[in-house]
Amino acid sequence: MMRSAQPPGPWREFLHGVRDQLPILMGVIPFGIIFGALARSAGIPVLESQAFSLLIFAGSSQFIAAGLVGEGVPALVVVFTILLVNIRHLLYSASLAPHLARLNLRWKIALSWLLTDEAFVVAAARYRRPDEGYPHWYFLGTGLTLWGSWQTSTFTGISLGSILPGTSLLDFALPLTFLALLIPTLADRTTLIVALSGGVLALLLASLPFKLGLLIAVLVSVGLGVWIESRQPDSSPGRGAT
Amino acid sequence: MSLMYLWAIILGGMIVTYLIRLTFIVLIPVDRFPQRFRRGLRFVPSAVLAALIAPELLRPGGVWDLSLGNERLLAGSLAMLIAWRTKNTWLTILVGMMALWLFA
Repeated sequence: MMRSAQPPGPWREFLHGVRDQLPILMGVIPFGIIFGALARSAGIPVLESQAFSLLIFAGSSQFIAAGLVGEGVPALVVVFTILLVNIRHLLYSASLAPHLARLNLRWKIALSWLLTDEAFVVAAARYRRPDEGYPHWYFLGTGLTLWGSWQTSTFTGISLGSILPGTSLLDFALPLTFLALLIPTLADRTTLIVALSGGVLALLLASLPFKLGLLIAVLVSVGLGVWIESRQPDSSPGRGAT
Repeated sequence: MSLMYLWAIILGGMIVTYLIRLTFIVLIPVDRFPQRFRRGLRFVPSAVLAALIAPELLRPGGVWDLSLGNERLLAGSLAMLIAWRTKNTWLTILVGMMALWLFA
């Protein structure tokens, strides 16, 4: 009964999720290795260095936290800093929530655990297609791939210590993958304006601490998109069609 | 540094990060929010992606560089063209990386 015209089953979707995360790993793995090495050089023991990746699983905040730990900043301040750096995940949570609404609690808990920048952008691309099929399996595949790579690359960095490979070119794979994901989202004029605004604002606000520039840039640009849409009454999906 | 101190940070960091991610998926159903809020959600991926890319190309290493000597900007522009024309992720990365390698 397996025909190519049939939508992919759960396992296929899972594998597609894995596949679509692979280009991003080129940027993530060097980042994880550097984190492992950095955590050790900040004086954090092996187990605890790994625990940062295992339990927090949020790259930028781990880097900043390891730096603060090295300076002996009080724990409460470090935790608050982690909160500030990761607050942008609220947007990802809100953006994917409508698509996950019908899943059971176990799925929601598992997928929330995997909700990083990289998993979000890949999963969001899947959710732009119809929700039928098994998009949550796709999300799981992409998220677990990222999680596994983050653990192994952290461990590699912990083991290698200060002997670091050159990463200056490889880290460019990350923005390139984001580019490939961005272009198909620019389906209409409003989205194009939203993206331009997001890019320009993020540039102007890049010096703000705690990655808050990203959060503000996205919030303002999304607001701009909603405002533009509200001025085109016919495009409002709430209005009944004749 | 004491282990107590480290574990306070690790567990505290885990709790705040996970609560943030759970917020709209589990804790506060998003359909409680006005239509306008939900309509905005479709713009989030485009805005996030553009906001992640732009500084990497125009402020590499945290420093503004709008010159033609900015190899990341040149390689990124070329990759953008490839992404737009082909919609192929791997080709976009390949061309972008090779361009960066050639220009650098």
